[in-house]
Amino acid sequence: MTGASRGASRGPSPGARRRTIGQIFGIPLLIALLSAIGLVSALIGDGIWDSISWITLLLPILLCSFFLLKPQR
Amino acid sequence: MASASSSLRKWAWVHKWSSIVCTAFMLLLCITGLPLIFHEEIDDLLHEQVKAAVVPEGTPLVDLDRAVARGLAAAPKTVAHFLIWDPDDANSLLLSVGPSIEANPTDNRIIRVDAHTGAFLDAPDVTKRFTYIMLKLHTDMFAGLPGKLFLGFMGILFCAAIVSGIVVYAPSMRKLDFGAYRRERPRIVRWLDLHNMAGILLVIWMLVVGFTGVINTWADLVIKIWQFGQLAEMTSQYADRPLVTQPASLTAAVATAQQAQPDMKPAFVAFPGSIFSSKSHYGIFMRGNTPLTAKLLRPALIDAVTGKLTDTRNLPWYVATLLVSQPLHFGDYGGMPLKIIWAVLDIITIVVLITGLYLWLRRRQSGSSVERMLAATQAASHDPVLTS
Repeated sequence: MTGASRGASRGPSPGARRRTIGQIFGIPLLIALLSAIGLVSALIGDGIWDSISWITLLLPILLCSFFLLKPQR
Repeated sequence: MASASSSLRKWAWVHKWSSIVCTAFMLLLCITGLPLIFHEEIDDLLHEQVKAAVVPEGTPLVDLDRAVARGLAAAPKTVAHFLIWDPDDANSLLLSVGPSIEANPTDNRIIRVDAHTGAFLDAPDVTKRFTYIMLKLHTDMFAGLPGKLFLGFMGILFCAAIVSGIVVYAPSMRKLDFGAYRRERPRIVRWLDLHNMAGILLVIWMLVVGFTGVINTWADLVIKIWQFGQLAEMTSQYADRPLVTQPASLTAAVATAQQAQPDMKPAFVAFPGSIFSSKSHYGIFMRGNTPLTAKLLRPALIDAVTGKLTDTRNLPWYVATLLVSQPLHFGDYGGMPLKIIWAVLDIITIVVLITGLYLWLRRRQSGSSVERMLAATQAASHDPVLTS
């Protein structure tokens, strides 16, 4: 049971491998950055600035529904 | 390793307790905040409003003194505190009146006047409205300043829960892909995945809306500081003048302010003696033209006796921060699509709150502490929440 996480550097399945902090926070950091851009952009102006805001803030919503609805591997 | 896991335990403790204390209030705030995103649309739908005359663009405004006089005539025994250019309808002006100039302006009534004819439109009693009840529940739970500051404190705990949540997210995701949702597992695992996934996806939005909400709870205090700071400074040489009850022409005062700031437009006027002005000045608050500068007001103080400009300055950083934090909290600065996005993000936040609450209850029930859960994450390749 514990073999996958203890000794072996390569687990039987990719799901058992331990991830580094960089791997865990890489994508979340990118999304956080985009959200920040989106929150500020609609403040700066209208038109294109609003659109940037809509797209970047829609992204977490789309990802959320994608992960929930994605068929099992 | 030992110190890393002990610091992790501390973060887990912060996440658990900050969440437990604030969750009920955060649910209240998320639920009441949802209709508030669409308060204009809801008010339009639920309440008849007398429409102002639609006029061709460029029609000059009515003489403001006349508009104020006609508005006040419709509400006997009141005095004007503020005259507001309706941000949603260029054809109407809003006159905010109270029983006396010293009265608390939060209890003011709003009188609508036609911006071009000066005709009285209506004076709706907003306190019976659905949106007003939601707003009161959302801002102070009908408990005044203490209620407001209390909700602000809950907001700070919410922010603490988010930050600690980022830290405890890491051990939870050691063996999982980003966005993992183990749909074939029992509910406790699925909801843990949902909590982690939605929480990390919305982290910046929740932090920004949460913290700008906290800043909004300090509005009354910020205004007080401004009154005794910059406003007192700008009008210090007039401090001993009595209240001006028969002020000079408002129309001329606004024109003078407009001259001093040709590229700005008036947003509202604070009458002499009201909280946003001195006893002997009109405070004419000018706004810019972009979403940001429209919020960053610039007051021009016009002597209400002589009608001359006394001073105009940018607002200090603490008022500017408050003014910028408002759109970031309300989500009203990017049209209807942004409002809808705001609403969906609000609903997902409710999901994060409820799944978090459920996880805590289940873990408590099964007698498994977060500490043991964390230990289990490190020891077993099995799912952490099932090995208790």
